[in-house]
Amino acid sequence: MKIGKQALSVLFADRASLGFLALLAGVALVVPVLNVAVPESSPLHLSSYVVGLIGKYLCYAILATAVDLIWGFCGILSLGHAVFFALGGYAMGMYLMRQIGTRGVYGHPVLPDFMVFLNWTELPWFWYGFDRFWFALAMVALMPAALAFVFGWLAFRARVTGVYFSIMTQALSYALLLAFFRNDMGFGGNNGFTDFKDLLGFDLQSDSTRSALLVATAATLAASYGACRMIVASRAGRVIRSIRDAENRTRFLGYRVESYKLWLFVFSAVLAGVAGALYVPQVGIINPSEFEPINSIEVVIWVSVGGRGTLYGAAAGAILVNYLKTYFTGALPELWLYALGAIFIGVTIFLPRGLAGLVRAASRVK
Amino acid sequence: MTPLLPGTREGLVTRSEWREMREAAARRKPSVLLGKVLYLDKLTVSFDRFKALDALTLHVDPGELLCIIGPNGAGKTTMMDVITGKTRPDKGSVWFGQDLNLLALTEPEIAQAGIGRKFQKPTVFEFLNVFENLELALADDKSFWHTLVARLTPVQRERIDEVLHMIGLEAERTAMAGVLSHGQKQWLEIGMLLMQEPELLLMDEPVAGMTPLETERTGELLLSLAGKHSLIVVEHDMGFVRSIAKRVTVLHEGRVLAEGDMDSVQNDPQVVEVYLGA
Repeated sequence: MKIGKQALSVLFADRASLGFLALLAGVALVVPVLNVAVPESSPLHLSSYVVGLIGKYLCYAILATAVDLIWGFCGILSLGHAVFFALGGYAMGMYLMRQIGTRGVYGHPVLPDFMVFLNWTELPWFWYGFDRFWFALAMVALMPAALAFVFGWLAFRARVTGVYFSIMTQALSYALLLAFFRNDMGFGGNNGFTDFKDLLGFDLQSDSTRSALLVATAATLAASYGACRMIVASRAGRVIRSIRDAENRTRFLGYRVESYKLWLFVFSAVLAGVAGALYVPQVGIINPSEFEPINSIEVVIWVSVGGRGTLYGAAAGAILVNYLKTYFTGALPELWLYALGAIFIGVTIFLPRGLAGLVRAASRVK
Repeated sequence: MTPLLPGTREGLVTRSEWREMREAAARRKPSVLLGKVLYLDKLTVSFDRFKALDALTLHVDPGELLCIIGPNGAGKTTMMDVITGKTRPDKGSVWFGQDLNLLALTEPEIAQAGIGRKFQKPTVFEFLNVFENLELALADDKSFWHTLVARLTPVQRERIDEVLHMIGLEAERTAMAGVLSHGQKQWLEIGMLLMQEPELLLMDEPVAGMTPLETERTGELLLSLAGKHSLIVVEHDMGFVRSIAKRVTVLHEGRVLAEGDMDSVQNDPQVVEVYLGA
């Protein structure tokens, strides 16, 4: 109870956090109403497409928050967070595939379509349990956590830091990309999972389910933000920033730096996994392209555009850059990558603290 | 091949011995009632063919302030690296008190066991304020899960205030460490060491870059610490060493060249030749 109070006081003491959470609550309240309750003829009506987009952006915002926690506060530049995102997504996808049941193209009661297509006769052992929602949810957290734990334990214990760590995370992304492409892996190969029908019995195509998913995503983003804010405001948070700024000093004060990095990395990976799990039912597909090394790099761009080490900046950066991406890939698709590069260079040169830094500077002038 | 346990590369300790030592370190501070606080026995460290330490033997008495001088490359910093666990020696042993083999411990464990180290370049956490810097150095459970929920007790706050007073930074309590002057950063770092309540303090050039007034105040601070703590001070500033030292050890090429009080050391012909010049 004491901890809960402390966490709340941390959130309410800080105006930026309060503003961010209020905005999030506003989105979670208004968007579903505009979509479900306002008639389609009204100019205020939000199409289901837009609801899905906002939901997707919010998933990315969770992912960006996770990356900001380790990069902005602990100086660990992970260029592999899309891996944890995708693992969470795959765990959710496995549940959604098992929910399809006999409604698949081949109508097999147990095996997903792609397994029937590959002439498999029984379900691989690692698909057991995914017909239960609680089990899938547990895996959404456990799979990224396990990978992050093993990878982080090896890397941090060997004192791999800086750009070497980043390169290793890129290699990890690429390795998993190739692995998930293989049909033998049992995860649908190139095509991944799609054609989902329902989640907990609710039709994924219906507007109300989509709105509910959006609200759930906004709530998860708020909870993730609160948890991250609580961590960075604690003494552990100060140790983490100390590790970022003077790792050896921290170590000689008696802190086991590796263990701090490891737990933070694992927590961040779990957040990324949860984001992926919320993402999959909203976009309706998960395939190996989610593991693309470039995806992880894009996350880092979102965070630096929004402002490293602020959490809300990272979330805002994710939403803004992805909105631009949606716009550009619709209007001027061939220009998007140039625009992204230009944004990144521009922010690095002119706004080293990102948009959050700009907002802070502006509020100080006033 | 036996797994390489922390320890010398030659005489590795067995796994059970190693575990016992680590547990001993976690449990209590070393007993220093009898004998020495620190005992280095025939330490050898080589980088490629270069011997940074060459069978170095050295000891520190309880409550003593030992000054170590020596030309560049004499092995002063390497010696501190070995004591604090950053570098593992090829040969030799390091004993902290009666029964603590430092070669069996990791850097954080050595720090927890009661050895504080000040770096050559003042290293404080610039984005935290002075109070928070001291808070992090506090002798307390330093595990992630504890610090996640830890809050300062009144006794701990008092201790921080006490150290703030000792290092003369009471007025800078809420100032970011990054804006402190060079000398103030050095003091803050010394204060951080004191927060750890260490048995032994290692000071790598504590007055480098300080004004004469700051140097004088630092000297007073160090002298006031001796007795309560044992100190090793590595310093280039001869005037400073003269003002604080009772016993001086001169290192040269990884070995002890001379030992004694400042006058006898300064008049030693060998020392004059290699270090003090004409």
